[in-house]
Amino acid sequence: MGDAQEPNGKPGEPRLNRRERIYQWFDRRTGIGSLMHEALDEPIPGGARWAYVFGSVLLFLFISQTITGVFLSLYYAPTADHAHTTVAYIVKEVTGGSFLRSLHAYGSSAVVIVLLLHLTQTFLYGAYKGRREVLWISGCALLGLMLAMAFTGYLLPWDQKAYFATTVGTNMASEVPLIGSTLKRLMRGGNEMGTLTLSRFFVAHVFLLPGAILGLIAAHVYLFRKAGAAGPPSEDPIKPRLPTERFYPRQVLMDTAVALLMICVLGLLSHFSPTDLGPQANPADTQYVPRPEWFYLPVFQWLKYFKGSLAVVGIVVIPTLTAILITALPFIDRRLERRPWRRPFAVGIYLAILATLITFGWLSRHEDRLDPAIAKQVAKQTEETEQFMREPFEPEAAASSLSAPVVVVLDPLAAAGKKIYESESCDACHGENGVGTSAAPKLSGATAQRSPEELAKLLRHPTEKMLAGEMKPVDVPEDDLKALVAYIKSLK
Amino acid sequence: MEINPSSSHEQADHAKAADQRAAEVAAISRRSFLGALLGFGTVVVGAALSVPLIRFALHPLLTKTTEIGWSDIGKIEEFASLTAPLKKLITVDQRDGWRKIVSEKAIYVLPIKDGVLRVLSPICPHLGCSIPWIEAKQQFICPCHTAIFTLDGTRVSGPAPRPMDDLESKVDNGMLKVRYQYFRQLIPTKEVLA
Repeated sequence: MGDAQEPNGKPGEPRLNRRERIYQWFDRRTGIGSLMHEALDEPIPGGARWAYVFGSVLLFLFISQTITGVFLSLYYAPTADHAHTTVAYIVKEVTGGSFLRSLHAYGSSAVVIVLLLHLTQTFLYGAYKGRREVLWISGCALLGLMLAMAFTGYLLPWDQKAYFATTVGTNMASEVPLIGSTLKRLMRGGNEMGTLTLSRFFVAHVFLLPGAILGLIAAHVYLFRKAGAAGPPSEDPIKPRLPTERFYPRQVLMDTAVALLMICVLGLLSHFSPTDLGPQANPADTQYVPRPEWFYLPVFQWLKYFKGSLAVVGIVVIPTLTAILITALPFIDRRLERRPWRRPFAVGIYLAILATLITFGWLSRHEDRLDPAIAKQVAKQTEETEQFMREPFEPEAAASSLSAPVVVVLDPLAAAGKKIYESESCDACHGENGVGTSAAPKLSGATAQRSPEELAKLLRHPTEKMLAGEMKPVDVPEDDLKALVAYIKSLK
Repeated sequence: MEINPSSSHEQADHAKAADQRAAEVAAISRRSFLGALLGFGTVVVGAALSVPLIRFALHPLLTKTTEIGWSDIGKIEEFASLTAPLKKLITVDQRDGWRKIVSEKAIYVLPIKDGVLRVLSPICPHLGCSIPWIEAKQQFICPCHTAIFTLDGTRVSGPAPRPMDDLESKVDNGMLKVRYQYFRQLIPTKEVLA
């Protein structure tokens, strides 16, 4: 008997079991091992902390929004005459539709909240310092794009609040100096809000913005890994000294735990308190009090203080300056000091901005409650929304279908002709109301050039071609023929 | 008994190392327990969330949205004393997802015979032309290929492979209703087209 064959190539190499061999085969072809090492073994100076979970949670929420969004688009039609019906169909008829739409809508609010937490944590920990300018800027761009996602997504249901909030939102764009009115028309696809506005917002919400966000997330994560995790505020942002801990397992566990908690909260909210859909947008409604989504309320309130020609200051100048100030933060605050208590000025400004936003948001709600006229109108709008939600789903009558009122014939002679058309079975081949079938051409419109006399003659004595197509000469009294011709002429 | 100080040191070191190992083992098992718990949680939550997603996507398969409902023909009294087939136009509502398709169709209500009221489809079972009732001849005569049927739809002559097709009808609250359907042509048996 000879020696047992070594199953794994050269002798001396450790003996691998089946699972390890499959892994080795796969790893040699894909590099999955080094990829996982790169992804999971990132050193975190000072160890894992709950404070660092927000970035991962945001990524998770973005994936959740993508999945729910793709599913919602299964039943959605982005045109002004169908959008509201299709969303109502999703909410009222499709299995799990209300839940998924709520998950998507609440998810957008969750994104904004976690974005603020992520920004706040990065700011308070001074984690933008030490060669992290580009990383910070990519984060700011992501913040802007996410807010644009919320703005464009808000219009898509095409209900009252979506329509009027977006009317105001796009009107604000016209305050931009020089290019304002062009910008507004570009956003709306015309001077007025309409089906082209909806198309544009849909394309931005579903193709352009997610594409840009995906690219920027990749850049953001890459830049983060390039700079390295910043660690706690006491850590040196360029040359970390604290003992490190790998990203996996503890930080991964913390990130996953918070993400799971997040999705559970969103799921419970969506199940027990699903998002409403209001009545279809009615541009002629002059009573409607539009209010933006909660995270735009501070800006909404803010604009009340800039009257007349000052509006440009409130809408354009100050927000632009604030955006520049935030984006340029790592260039303005160049010290390497990270501990928040040693940076009272920067932290003070940040807290002041935050407090201002919260105050304005609260003021906006407060003023609405104090004004009886507005409070009454808002209550009425809520009632209308609840009423709409109680009504069963009403399918949209397809434009191509023949509904009874459409085929009412006004002229009595033509009406008599319609009866003859049917009793003579002209409709067998020429179709109901002369729309035509595969057996014979349509009569509507095609007979417009011929005079009634000519038509009557053709009906009595069809041409060779007509006879070949199985057209029978019409054999009815003269008066009936007149009626029939009148009917055929009346077909549009 | 004399205690060797060095050996007691060694013992203490051993104990310390053992403690450390135990602590590490405890930490690792706690960690892997947490990991397993989270893994389990992730799978459960993921599965729970994929259920509404799948049901959402399969909605058209789970519900019959294209089924044709009942169409009104008219009050039952209208048809009590018929002596010849009466052509009536009905509107048929069909659901196409979130759309409603309304179309107008013709049907024949036959005179009541042996207490039974029948509704016929005017579509010729030969090639689908619609058949008129010819009052003068008291027959249904298809204008296309002259298939001929009696007053109650029985085939007399011509190329039709079977009698005219009955439509399902019912009387509901004094209203005669019909379920409009198409049937396969050119075969001797009546077979509903889906």
